[in-house]
Amino acid sequence: MSQDIDQERRQFVSVAGLAAAATVVAPGAFLLDGSAEAGSRREPAVDKVRYGMFIDTTKCADGCTECVTACEKENGIDLLRMPEGADPEEWDRQRPRWMRTVKVKDRLTGRVSNLPMMCQHCEHPPCVDVCPTGASFRRADGIVMVDRHICIGCRYCMMACPYKARSFIHENVDQQLSIAPRGKGCVESCNFCVHRRDNGENTTACQDACSHGAIVFGDLNDSNSEVSKVLREKDNTQLRADLKLNTSVRYCGI
Amino acid sequence: MLTGALVLVLGANAAEHSNRSVVKGSKAYELDSCVEPTSVMRKLHPTFIKHQRDITVHHGIRGDKHSLSGCVDCHATKDAQGRYTPVNAPGQFCESCHEYAGVEIPCFTCHATTPTGRKGE
Amino acid sequence: MKKIHYREWGIESLRYWGLLAVLGVFLAIGGLATLYMEHEGHWVTGMNNQIVWGVPHVFAIFLIAAASGALNIAAFGSVFGKKVYRSLGRLSGLLAMALLVGGLLVLVLDLGQPGRLIVAMTTYNIKSIFSWNIYLYVGFLAIVAIYLFTMMERKANKYYPAAGLVAFVWRLVLTTGTGSIFGFLVARQGYGAAIMAPMFIIMSFAYGMAIYLLVLLFTFKLDDRPIGDGLLMRLKNLLGIFVAAVFYFVMIYHLSNLYGTENHEYEAFILRDGGIYTTLFWVGWVFLGMVLPMGILFHPGSGRSRGAIVVASILVILGGFTAMYVIVVGGQVFPMAIFPGKVIVESGFYDGVNGQVLYYAPSLPEFLLGLGGVAVALTATFVGVRVLKFLPESLADEVVDPHHG
Repeated sequence: MSQDIDQERRQFVSVAGLAAAATVVAPGAFLLDGSAEAGSRREPAVDKVRYGMFIDTTKCADGCTECVTACEKENGIDLLRMPEGADPEEWDRQRPRWMRTVKVKDRLTGRVSNLPMMCQHCEHPPCVDVCPTGASFRRADGIVMVDRHICIGCRYCMMACPYKARSFIHENVDQQLSIAPRGKGCVESCNFCVHRRDNGENTTACQDACSHGAIVFGDLNDSNSEVSKVLREKDNTQLRADLKLNTSVRYCGI
Repeated sequence: MLTGALVLVLGANAAEHSNRSVVKGSKAYELDSCVEPTSVMRKLHPTFIKHQRDITVHHGIRGDKHSLSGCVDCHATKDAQGRYTPVNAPGQFCESCHEYAGVEIPCFTCHATTPTGRKGE
Repeated sequence: MKKIHYREWGIESLRYWGLLAVLGVFLAIGGLATLYMEHEGHWVTGMNNQIVWGVPHVFAIFLIAAASGALNIAAFGSVFGKKVYRSLGRLSGLLAMALLVGGLLVLVLDLGQPGRLIVAMTTYNIKSIFSWNIYLYVGFLAIVAIYLFTMMERKANKYYPAAGLVAFVWRLVLTTGTGSIFGFLVARQGYGAAIMAPMFIIMSFAYGMAIYLLVLLFTFKLDDRPIGDGLLMRLKNLLGIFVAAVFYFVMIYHLSNLYGTENHEYEAFILRDGGIYTTLFWVGWVFLGMVLPMGILFHPGSGRSRGAIVVASILVILGGFTAMYVIVVGGQVFPMAIFPGKVIVESGFYDGVNGQVLYYAPSLPEFLLGLGGVAVALTATFVGVRVLKFLPESLADEVVDPHHG
């Protein structure tokens, strides 16, 4: 099904491309590399798709941070520097993290699991409910993200998130990637590498980086997608399932 | 005609260094006009960018002709070492005009000012 | 009851300007602290990605709660027809507005993007209690202004009861909204309880009354205006009752939490093992903020002394700040149960490893911003009573007749 969509999209893009080329008045005025890129989204994201992720904690290796490192590089978090005069310990509590690794131990059985934590992309996200301006929103394809143009930096979403998935930018930022804008005074979090979604790529940075194959990403609404198949096959759970948020990130082995 | 219009807007000051406000060495310098006619861009570029930003953030449509990263991509120049100069650096395309007009550019408190964003690339 | 005459605050110029100068210093320092925090970003504060609301929010929420509480005195006069409180209504309305402005200012100046306040007013998420509050706060200012007008303008007097009723209902809704900011946070153990809203209302009664009493005694003392013992006894008894009601709600909140096993760890943290938070709870909030002032106010001897009433009011206010600190910060430092039944043994992002509480050390600029908000409220109040007729010339018992309702 997702292949069909991709097929359709590609056809549409090529038609749109031709049309665009035909309407260009002055030769050479068509100058944006990005606009001509194949697979770049031309139609609004739709709710036919629901992006989601499966994380197999039984494959997740103790002490491994491949996914976190890749996430920070992909989204330009590694470009942030500690402000001059800041206390390194305090700064560590203040710097943003979209993804983190956590090791949990069952209180009774002592069973240990390693897993990465990030925004769980809830169907009913508390951060969206509480946001006064609507900056925190859920895109049609299920990605929960922040429109930082209208975020006022009140941090109420951070109070509401049951997964502590969000970070506030505590300092001036002088280096950003064009795909990941970032500035002082706004809140941000994992967005399933949304720029990749919009450029027709199929993976997330964390998934690509995981050498243990613990992360599977894809369209939950497409029953033939790899993520749907593995979710059908393997026992899995939501974090804080009691809150009934219907998260798009599911874990196996915890 | 283009030159005349630019001199009108930017005044004699700009005309001293260059007869165009588009900075030499950028992709834009080689082109006859922007994604819209110059007179339209001059007046409406904030509207275009603002409209596009909502489409991009909420609907995921990137790389349209009114995208901010498109502006940066096309108007950035490289220095002698081949490194990009930020578009909001003094004398660069965005800054030269905005400084003259005395208007802040809020875009670049969050958005990358060079095509890559990573310094030295 | 005789006709009440109102007059501007008539203290000597030197004293008045000296008072404003002192407050001005706090305003200036608060302003500088704000500029510093806004310029550098929040890294210069003690707030971080775990404790996202800190001392500014403690001040802001306290002031906002106290604002709605300060309006009660006026409401007793108009809504409940207690004539004796009518003469107190003007100051009550003024104080309510001043405290709200002070609190809101602190809240807004702590935003990551204070310049985007206009965004908060124009784009609106109807599901968010925060955006409701924006309208509740602005509406409160407008309604109280109208209410004051109906008190002070003879021609508008006939609308006074109606305006009073609207203002009183509005203030109840407003504090419900403030309490619900926490009540709606289901993810955090310390919040997410419906009792938060009524508890905030009763807290607002106590803190608003304490501030009102202090301002009343201060302004009257400086201007040599009389306050009758009979009236003062009524006010201090009310304060005592409000504090007792807060005590009751705090007890119910923790007792009902103790009944549910899932809350045991949070309760153990606040009540027993929480170090500074436990100390603040028992010593600051419960003993100094409730038990001691109740003792002072209801003691047959000390309850009659003005000095003791002042001390009790100050204690209630300090207890109020402590209460807000325990609620706002204590609720956040206690790690969330992301994995019920499991212990987090390692984390890359401060998830409360082995149940350890999270870290927050308030910074000086945060306090200065908060104090600046208090200074704004006081300045507005003192300027108000100076230029307009807010204060009665006399509140002597033979004038207001406190024994006849």
